[in-house]
Amino acid sequence: MAAASDFNSFQAPPKGDNMFAQITDNVTRIMEAPKPPRAWYIAFAIALSMLTMFLGSITWAAWTGIGVWGNMMPVAWAFPIVNFVFWIGIGHAGTLISAVLFLFRQNWRTSINRFAEAMTIFAVMCAGIFPGVHIGRPWLPYYMMPIPNQMGMWPQYRSPLEWDIFAVSTYATVSILFWYMGMIPDFATFRDRSTSTVKRLAYGLVAMGWRGSSRQWHRYERAYLILAALATPLVLSVHSVVSFDFATAQLPGWHATIFPPYFVAGAIFGGFAMVVVLAVPARQFFGLKRIITIRHLELMNKVMIATGLLVGYAYGMEFFISWYSGSMFEGYAFVNRLFGPYSWAYWTMIACNVIFPQLFWFKNVRTNVWATLIIGMIVNVGMWFERFVIICTTLTRDFLPSSWGYYVPTKFDFMTLGGSFGLFFTLFLLFCRYLPMVAMSEVKAFSPPGGHARGHLHHAHDDAAHAHH
Amino acid sequence: MSDDHKPKAESTAPELHGILAEYDTPDQLISASKKVREAGFEKWDTYSPFPVHGIDAAMGIKMTILPWFTLVAGIIGLVSAITMQWWMNAYDYPWLISGKPIWSIPANVPIMFEMTVLFSAITTLVGMLMLNGLPHPSHPLDQVKRFARVTDDKFFLLVQAADAKFDEQDTRALIDGTHPVAVENVLEDRVTPSDIPAGLVYGLIIVTCAALVPVALAVKARHSKSDKPRIHAIQDMDSQPKYKAQRENTTFADGRADREALPGTVAVGHLNEDDHFFRGRAGGGWARTFPAQVELSEETMAQGKVRFGIYCTPCHGQAGLGDGMVHKRAEPMGGGWIQPTNVTQEYVRNQPVGELFNSITNGVRNMPAYGAQIPPAERWAIIMYMRALQRSQAGTLNDVPESERGSLK
Repeated sequence: MAAASDFNSFQAPPKGDNMFAQITDNVTRIMEAPKPPRAWYIAFAIALSMLTMFLGSITWAAWTGIGVWGNMMPVAWAFPIVNFVFWIGIGHAGTLISAVLFLFRQNWRTSINRFAEAMTIFAVMCAGIFPGVHIGRPWLPYYMMPIPNQMGMWPQYRSPLEWDIFAVSTYATVSILFWYMGMIPDFATFRDRSTSTVKRLAYGLVAMGWRGSSRQWHRYERAYLILAALATPLVLSVHSVVSFDFATAQLPGWHATIFPPYFVAGAIFGGFAMVVVLAVPARQFFGLKRIITIRHLELMNKVMIATGLLVGYAYGMEFFISWYSGSMFEGYAFVNRLFGPYSWAYWTMIACNVIFPQLFWFKNVRTNVWATLIIGMIVNVGMWFERFVIICTTLTRDFLPSSWGYYVPTKFDFMTLGGSFGLFFTLFLLFCRYLPMVAMSEVKAFSPPGGHARGHLHHAHDDAAHAHH
Repeated sequence: MSDDHKPKAESTAPELHGILAEYDTPDQLISASKKVREAGFEKWDTYSPFPVHGIDAAMGIKMTILPWFTLVAGIIGLVSAITMQWWMNAYDYPWLISGKPIWSIPANVPIMFEMTVLFSAITTLVGMLMLNGLPHPSHPLDQVKRFARVTDDKFFLLVQAADAKFDEQDTRALIDGTHPVAVENVLEDRVTPSDIPAGLVYGLIIVTCAALVPVALAVKARHSKSDKPRIHAIQDMDSQPKYKAQRENTTFADGRADREALPGTVAVGHLNEDDHFFRGRAGGGWARTFPAQVELSEETMAQGKVRFGIYCTPCHGQAGLGDGMVHKRAEPMGGGWIQPTNVTQEYVRNQPVGELFNSITNGVRNMPAYGAQIPPAERWAIIMYMRALQRSQAGTLNDVPESERGSLK
């Protein structure tokens, strides 16, 4: 009974005599509610047990050695690097929404940018763990940092793996700064609405005494613009640098100039798919359907069609270049993708990334929450397989036939992959419950002139909203 | 300071901090701001739940210098990245990779870019907080109950009593003329150190003291000696209970860790009992037949041909005539070069296969031993092929099938 009433309390129309107050109420009641919906508890229990599996499997790998994985020459990179590239790609959509769409004045982003940014940070955290455990001695990654040592040696700055260290750590830092700065005014709202001392103290500390002074807003807006301008080239650089790990190697299937733009497009594609997968349940269970509307989902689905076509074009162009190059090794690498031992992975990728997203050309598909959710999940599967195909088909068939092999992951590989989703969802669920999930001050700034009209939040006219009345 | 001439009393009536006005809409706030600015006030501010469009012009807020902070930090980041990479990879520890230049800019661009962005971004956030005077824990406005809605849906304007033009009645009249929803006097902040909860103060003291413990332990360790081995948290198989080659071992009389094999020790699978197969001997002399393990077949012959090509032809030549490439190059140089044996000549033809096997295994005259390189079965295959070569060089008409003899006459 309690859970049902919680659910209804989240779905009820927001209180307040003007639109600003309604926005505040709609977002802050998630934090103010004594209990989150029952679905939150179920999801959190699942996520927490997956996180336990994650910690267990990486601890076991560190304790006994990485022989517990399927990694074996010639496929030394295998799951850990596939998962690294997958997660780092997921993160890109968050920065794209918060920075690039901000610079392009796409005001619809204000409803989704906050939790897209949170998704970025949690995805980068998941990504960062994989190279750390892949080195086999997870207590030694500091070797890659320029730290003075008794050997008098320094990192090798001409290696793309070293560029990765700088690109990913810069990306993580800037994303956190951007995210935190965006939350300062909303933390102040939470502080002012909280009734318990603990909450007032906690939100008060992170709000740092923000009181909405116009002189402060002026510098704040300028800083936000600068950070967006810095994050835009940064987000393009990060996946470009990740693609250099492959493109600067001389292996057939990797050594291609198309890799940086192809990786960036794929990252945005997969990232938007993850945003809709998170947005659909979040708006459903926390009653945010008036703020994250069907229009927002539709616009994100349109971005997915565009980036999905870019990715499909890149798949085609790789084949053209392998033929046009006249290199027999390149030619073999791509024929091997189509018909070789991993052709099942290749065709899974093509189906998930190129074929299914075409359904979004139909308006009734891209405005349907269930279709959006399912196709978003399919695209995530497809983008994971894209990284698997790139890494495994090339590494199992290099220049020397005597070193060819076939990579088979073990149960620990799957536990680590599945467990990383546990970390991601645990953090995301905590974020939904305790942090401002929507950038209230930004939504208020771009809402219709509520000051004049004393308007009301438009009631979302979508199927899900009606289902509960 | 306006309060210099007033007595600093611990009276129950605190001083006036300013006058606060509340508005419902951003537009009311903008028009009120224009009036306050025109009246010439300097110490005043407006407060809103979101950045109000047009308020900067209405209040006369000048462009912040923050972008210059960012620019300078970006330049410092870029220069640091260039210097760091050059110093570490080209100067302090020159690192040659695949014969590439020690210092080449393109390979260093990604890190230059990343550090430029990193320095700029951190400076932008820290600079914004610094210029805004944040963190700002306590403010006189916190005492005004209605002001809590500034982060929700209301808009406020505060004129400070500290302003030179401030006069309680006149300013109040000015503000009333802007049609606010409410006007309220704001008193000076009454928060004193004693208002901070005791639990928080003690908690902070305890945390600070606890944080100093590791530092104190590190300092103590730096300035004292210990007989105990260092703490070895991650073993990494650094110490292994075993004897390494050529080390001392007092267990044995000769004090050496290396031990010789016991007399008569044979490695597993290396007994090699079969004299015929492994040494070419049978019946007290050189074997005259191939051992049973060697199959007389086309396959063995083909293997023998390949192995002969690899191991024998460099000296003995393709046909075994003693005219291989080594001979052809060495003979013109003189210096007492002895031509390799022609293996098809009569005395070699007459040697038992066992003797040929011994010559390959252990070498003969100038020829080195090949026993270590060619497994026994392959040595026998080579001999089989040699027998074919010998036959080809010493053939008679009788060796040709009768039906073909006519074409040779």
